Amino acid sequence: MSAEAGQQHPLGIYYKIWTLLFVLSSFSYAVDYFNVQGGMRWGLVLLFMALKAGFIVAIFMHVVWERMALVLTILGPPIVLLVLIGLMTVEGFYTSQARYQYMGHDPNAVALTPNDLHGGEHGEGAEHAEEEAH
Amino acid sequence: MSDAAISEPNSTLVDDWSADKQAYHVPWGKAMMWIFLVSDTFIFTSFLTGYLHVRLSTTEPWPLQSEIFALSFGGDPIPLILIAIMTFILITSSGTMALAVNFGYRRDKQKTFWFMAATAAFGASFVGMQVFEWSKLILEEGVRPWGNPFGASQFGSVFFMITGFHGLHVTAGVIYLLTVAFKVKKGHYDKKGYEIVEIAGLYWHFVDLVWVFIFAFFYLL
Repeated sequence: MSAEAGQQHPLGIYYKIWTLLFVLSSFSYAVDYFNVQGGMRWGLVLLFMALKAGFIVAIFMHVVWERMALVLTILGPPIVLLVLIGLMTVEGFYTSQARYQYMGHDPNAVALTPNDLHGGEHGEGAEHAEEEAH
Repeated sequence: MSDAAISEPNSTLVDDWSADKQAYHVPWGKAMMWIFLVSDTFIFTSFLTGYLHVRLSTTEPWPLQSEIFALSFGGDPIPLILIAIMTFILITSSGTMALAVNFGYRRDKQKTFWFMAATAAFGASFVGMQVFEWSKLILEEGVRPWGNPFGASQFGSVFFMITGFHGLHVTAGVIYLLTVAFKVKKGHYDKKGYEIVEIAGLYWHFVDLVWVFIFAFFYLL
């Protein structure tokens, strides 16, 4: 494909990716709706997120059709951000562990929900929220 | 752009970067938009990493997003429903934008204009729902950047900073898209070419991309 023509592709691929993004978003929402918890929740949410992000960048933003010189300029630099994320994860765990161990913070504290605060018109919901926090 | 490097099928990354002339064989506006988007990636990732760090280090329990962002349509509250609707609106707008780019290159001015206008309208409704969400949290639930009645006080600051900065991007995008759309309609790009629609599209898809990460990390996890 020459540069003059720009990024022109058959419409079909856009419709397919568009549909796929809807399906993946529905799956993400279903994870929350059906209250999946723990490692399964993390795994599924991150999987659907990565797939959605990948399809948007590759197809909608046309990166898959760009020349390698531009692709590396776009995708290369953000890799260093993984170092920042890694460092902050280690640091964050260290800080909270120090607070639990040496400052006596309560590791079993439970967050309140709007139901707890507004008189609980939906008593069932409040119970359900407490389960979720554990 | 009748460069030797681009017409030659075997030209490689090394040729592009060692030609002493032009590394990126795209319109300059598009290269600059990509540079801007890469720098914006750093800003949003820094915000999300800041969120990661306070969320890990705080010993106060983190508020349950699923309950806080639930919305009731007469019956029992449906968890996170408003955020789900906002996600679908943004994806719909990304699709209409992709079509606008395609029709731009086909030089179909009418369709390009209408698909861009539709994209901007979806973007505006997204911002409208965000205003609703913010006012509900501030006025009804009493969430503030320095505290909230549910749990960890950092919840408010993270929420307002990240969704606020994203909302600002959407608002700027709506203005940008409308500007380009009206120029397309007037035939402003007949001679210059329709790359501008693709460049505006890159920005819009990026805003959608950032939302994918906010939706996962802030609302779902």
